[in-house]
Amino acid sequence: MRILAAMSGGVDSAVAAARAVEAGHDVVGVHLALSRAGGTLRTGSRGCCTIEDAMDARRAADRLGIPFYVWDFSERFRDDVIDDFVAEYRAGRTPNPCMRCNEKIKFAALLERALELGFDAVCTGHYATLVDGPDGRELHRASDEAKDQSYVLGVLTEAQLAHTYFPLGSTPSKAVVRAEAAARGLTVAQKPDSHDICFIPDGDTRGWLADKVGVEQGDIVDRSGTVVGTHSGAHAYTVGQRRGLQLGVPAADGKPRFVLEVRPVSNTVVVGPKEALATAEIAGERHSWAGRAPAQSDFACHVQIRAHAEPVPARASINDGWLTVRPESPFDGVAPGQTAVLYDGTRVIGQFTIARTVSAVPVSA
Amino acid sequence: MSIYLDHAASAPLRDAARDAWIAAATLTGNASSVHGAGQSARRLLEESRERIAAVLDCDPIEVVLTSGGTEAINLAVKGLWWERPAGRRAIVLPDGEHHATLDTVGWLQAQGAAVRHVPLDSAGHIRADLFRAALGDVGDGVAPAVATALVANNEIGTVQDAAALATAAADAGVPLHLDAVGAVGHLPVTFAAWRGAAASGGGLVALSVSGHKVGAPVGTGALVVSRHARMAALAHGGGQQRGLRSGTQDVAGAAALAVALEEADAERESEQRRLRALSDRLVSGILGRVPGAELLGDPRDRLAGNVHVHLPGAAGETMLFLLDLAGISVSTGSACQAGVAEPSHVVLALGRAESVARSVLRITLGRTTTDADVDALLAALPAVYERAVAASAAPSLGARTGERS
Repeated sequence: MRILAAMSGGVDSAVAAARAVEAGHDVVGVHLALSRAGGTLRTGSRGCCTIEDAMDARRAADRLGIPFYVWDFSERFRDDVIDDFVAEYRAGRTPNPCMRCNEKIKFAALLERALELGFDAVCTGHYATLVDGPDGRELHRASDEAKDQSYVLGVLTEAQLAHTYFPLGSTPSKAVVRAEAAARGLTVAQKPDSHDICFIPDGDTRGWLADKVGVEQGDIVDRSGTVVGTHSGAHAYTVGQRRGLQLGVPAADGKPRFVLEVRPVSNTVVVGPKEALATAEIAGERHSWAGRAPAQSDFACHVQIRAHAEPVPARASINDGWLTVRPESPFDGVAPGQTAVLYDGTRVIGQFTIARTVSAVPVSA
Repeated sequence: MSIYLDHAASAPLRDAARDAWIAAATLTGNASSVHGAGQSARRLLEESRERIAAVLDCDPIEVVLTSGGTEAINLAVKGLWWERPAGRRAIVLPDGEHHATLDTVGWLQAQGAAVRHVPLDSAGHIRADLFRAALGDVGDGVAPAVATALVANNEIGTVQDAAALATAAADAGVPLHLDAVGAVGHLPVTFAAWRGAAASGGGLVALSVSGHKVGAPVGTGALVVSRHARMAALAHGGGQQRGLRSGTQDVAGAAALAVALEEADAERESEQRRLRALSDRLVSGILGRVPGAELLGDPRDRLAGNVHVHLPGAAGETMLFLLDLAGISVSTGSACQAGVAEPSHVVLALGRAESVARSVLRITLGRTTTDADVDALLAALPAVYERAVAASAAPSLGARTGERS
């Protein structure tokens, strides 16, 4: 196959490209320039966007003996990922920019360009497995559950999966990848993992958001509407958060309080007891299937609502364009904007953006 | 198959320059040392400087050897501005200059320099009337301290009337730097003739050239600095080269640059005729094969090996990628470090839209270019163009259920 290897400058994508070469494919390496004003040197635990990262990717490609190019996706990235991230926070939702990037950039803009330019697939260093089953291609969890990234790939559709290649999916552990990188003479073998959001330079998401969204003081209220404190910008709060509330009025029962809801229109943060976080139902309209759509409109599955959350048994139903999921036991705090990924065992069924939640307990102050 | 059509980015090293370079590099001795070894090195250095001066029509003492074009341009523009006469702080800057000039001027703006921009016409010529006007009193109270201009544009190849620019600067009494990096080897570069009888301090006082554009090694170049120029140094130290460029002198680089410039100058006329015929054939071939294709810059008044075309609807960087995978090296304009392609500021300076500036290819022919190279590009280009157009208008794989449009 003709493979376009997306190379961030990290160890995973370098080893993935190496395996694609070794498998006999015709491989071309591409580094995505996602920021116009990218820095020069890598700082902290960001995984891309600096000239140093582009250089690391180039040197890995040199080592593999493949052509290498830098492609500018900075405008698409700004429009589809960064601006979307800010808009979502502004609307009181909690987005996942890495999923958005997979959905809009890596497996959309990049993949489209690759196909138009005559490539058969895009290869990345993601930890997930592709299985060609009787009903077409399936997306599964990686062998190494600790590194599994199938959640952030849950947005991929059948058409995208058909042109995707994940050479690291069956690797037993990250340590094996690092050892392989060292054995192959790749200089990035010991490069630190990236954790932070790549477009927030110092990892200070709240400070960055305050800059973009603006800071406006507002009320913190309990579920009865009584003002119990003041916040400095609703965007800094996430459902389920307990720390940093600095409430002036103690709860009647003396127990800690948690963020239950963020209301951007009234610039209000709602707090309440831990029990009130329990969520019996989540639903969303914006959904996709990672392969064939389910045959039934009502089916059993496991649902995962964060990148590192445990999957929980649930019942899903599709009705009038909406996907509704009821977990066997309630979720502990769900923020609108989060993505719910549905699994059948290790197989990803699909995903949706959570737009509506139903509390498991009736309202009481 | 490997076809190199990016001679303006860097030309192949000439055999004679390589031989002179290696031979000189094996000599031991610092050209500033007093002993015999130093004297031998110095002799070769000064012989080379004389040969360079002969090609560039200047005095040997006026040749300040540098590490290349960028250093020469920085030395000229900063050095002249720093030594400006009291009460003068404007820099006369035509649009479409090379980034070595633009970014230097931008840096000087932070130090108080004012900038007088001079527009280009639609073919890339500096507007002579506006250049002359910018050198005079425009009533803004910031009299010009320095003027600078390209002799030939490195992207679109348009050739300026260097003698007229120099005359205008001489008449105004403003020191002028000419960037001859793209011109040298292709056009007669005649420092003394262009300078003419300019009064001390004004007119053409500095001219920059780069070695690797004419087949000398990368890392060689020179700034011609008139004995009448008032110029400050960038680097301080041993006081070599009139104190304008301290640092141990690169004898081997000077020897190679001298040989390359002499060779290029000797073959210039016949080579220009040959390249003109090749590039004319390339242009008509492209215009005949790609609907709507258009040659940018001046069709006749241009560097003979330069073909700069607008290919509508196809991203330049995509065409470059596809041609490279087919073994053909071309460019979209200036190379840049991070690899993020900006729309060409030169094409924008012609008054063209950003969509045009993003859909151009610069194909530059040179000494090693053959008929077969031109044929290979013409054979590959139509399919590359069609594919690049399709890629620019690709359907969306990102569309999904419930998508907000």
